[in-house]
Amino acid sequence: MKRFIGFVKKEFHHIFRDPRTMLILFGMPIAQILIFGYVVSNEINDVKIGVYDKSKDNITKEITNKITASGFFILSDNLNSDKEIEDAFKKGIIREVIVFEQNFAKKLEREGSASIQIIADASDANTANIVANYTESIINNYMREELWAEGLPYQINPEVRMLYNDELKGVYMFVPGTMALILMLVSAMMTSISIAREKEMGTMEVLLVSPLKPLPIVIGKVIPYMVLSFINAIVIIALSYFVFKMPIQGNFIFLLAETLLFIFMALSLGILISTASNSQMVAMFISMFALMLPTMLLSGFIFPIENMPKLLQWISAVMPAKYFITIVKNIMIKGSGIEIIWKETVIIVGMTLFFLMMSVKKFKVRLE
Amino acid sequence: MGNTLENMVEVKGLKKSYEQIEAVKGVSFSVSKGELFGLIGPDGAGKTSIFRILTTLMFPTEGIVRMMDLNVIKDYKTIRNHLGYMPQRFSLYQDLSVEENLEFFARIFGTTIDENYDLIKDIYAQIEPFKTRKARKLSGGMKQKLALSCALIHSPEILILDEPTTGVDAVSRKEFWEMLIRLKEKGITILVSTPYMDEANLCDRVALIQNGKIMSIDTPEKIIGNFGRKLWAVKSDNVYQLIQDLRSVNTIDSVFPFGEYLHITVKSDDDNLTDLITILRGNGHSGIEIQEIEANIEDCFMELMQ
Repeated sequence: MKRFIGFVKKEFHHIFRDPRTMLILFGMPIAQILIFGYVVSNEINDVKIGVYDKSKDNITKEITNKITASGFFILSDNLNSDKEIEDAFKKGIIREVIVFEQNFAKKLEREGSASIQIIADASDANTANIVANYTESIINNYMREELWAEGLPYQINPEVRMLYNDELKGVYMFVPGTMALILMLVSAMMTSISIAREKEMGTMEVLLVSPLKPLPIVIGKVIPYMVLSFINAIVIIALSYFVFKMPIQGNFIFLLAETLLFIFMALSLGILISTASNSQMVAMFISMFALMLPTMLLSGFIFPIENMPKLLQWISAVMPAKYFITIVKNIMIKGSGIEIIWKETVIIVGMTLFFLMMSVKKFKVRLE
Repeated sequence: MGNTLENMVEVKGLKKSYEQIEAVKGVSFSVSKGELFGLIGPDGAGKTSIFRILTTLMFPTEGIVRMMDLNVIKDYKTIRNHLGYMPQRFSLYQDLSVEENLEFFARIFGTTIDENYDLIKDIYAQIEPFKTRKARKLSGGMKQKLALSCALIHSPEILILDEPTTGVDAVSRKEFWEMLIRLKEKGITILVSTPYMDEANLCDRVALIQNGKIMSIDTPEKIIGNFGRKLWAVKSDNVYQLIQDLRSVNTIDSVFPFGEYLHITVKSDDDNLTDLITILRGNGHSGIEIQEIEANIEDCFMELMQ
């Protein structure tokens, strides 16, 4: 055990003393999530909206004012009929229409609740979602700060409707996708490179001659990256939650457990790659071409799998990232538990075992 | 653990082939306990291949190899526990400090620096003032001392050093060999390979190896004694021309340059070379010096190579 701890300690030294490794480990994930986040989401600013106020009372006017005063929205159209909503969207100027129901203020007073319909143009799914979320939170704010604060326990129910694309495909894709990509990169690529480095520098020769067995060598290599990848995953989740307001509907611990499983899978894949490469360059290229590109292109991260040719769909079925993305989306957005995503989980467990078995079989206790 | 065995290393009919090339072509030798055994030969002679087989890092293609009476194929795990190995490139972690490197190797062999400090004291004491320095910033000689300390830290019974002095300055080389001799006195069996012929004299026995074959195994004295003919050192002001001219003289057997002198052997040991001086003067050489000398290992090597 002491031998093993010594080995792990050495690995941490390697990582913390190499600025490039540190940059890849910590700089890149943050940069990537921010880049992907902003490229995909665009900060919303001066979004043109329409209001169809069927009630025209004090409260609806107050809410409308609140929304336009927020700085995110510009009121460009006052609509007077359902038909005009459709026409306004088709012109393509406004992105959202807010509909207050009839007798809004009276209903609030009498029944304690009233509804606002938020209709967003979801042909740009991501913007639509953000716009709707912003509107919703402004309304909720108003409800809490203006009404409840004055002792009026009224309930305003915003009802979000997405027009043109109500399944919201592509939305929030970037967080699970980036997470899969980064964990894959950090875990698989860094591990394979660090094992290949020992071979390249000739230190593997000495390690092999030492009484340290192959399994502790491999596990000792993997543990530091496991810890760091896990920290990375938490950073990504935190960034997406605080910066991009991505909800975490499901169980947080469950999400972390699934993430850990995926990291473990990526690490075993990294070990497998390292058994097949004798230099850092080879390890890096295999990781790049065998992992990065397919993960980006075939996992459904950037291009929807349903639109791919059959052949590529089959290939994507062996992409571990595909299953991880499904898992993360389900937990974060839909709040699903294990009963919904057990299939994906089992597939990743299976892949992990497969990679581990292959690497143990292929790991050489000799130089040839 | 095999301490009483006379032969710590036993190699019989060892062959090693890589795809097309046969690197080791049937080599046999044995090394007894506490011996300092040298494998002397030029680059590509097969020294590293032999050592990698001895250290259980490679399979022999053919032949029997036993270390401490254990089979290198079957019992590699036991053998590895009692082996100190210093590969051709100093296998240190460049980004770890001197002390961290040593501590790491001590740890993975399940020991501590303190436990075996006696063994490495002579060597490590010289680099200890720099113990916080990163290995990559050490000079070649210091790296070599650190690598040796790391290979020794678990107090191995057999120490295998693959060209430990290649690329190291003359002073450090000398110091290094002094250390090896002290280690030998502590009862450690040492196998060392080197392309430097002058180091052969410091070994108990040497094997001269060339093209995967051992040409001669014996003590350095006996190898020199077996030279058995007169050797002359010749010099003139134009050495290059001298080589050409000497090679065209038919009473001369061999001509090899050694530094500023040429070492020559002649076909008949009765020849006192007076004719030769006349011939060389006739060829326009000036500053001619000729003297009889004792053969060294390198002369023997050259002789055997022919």
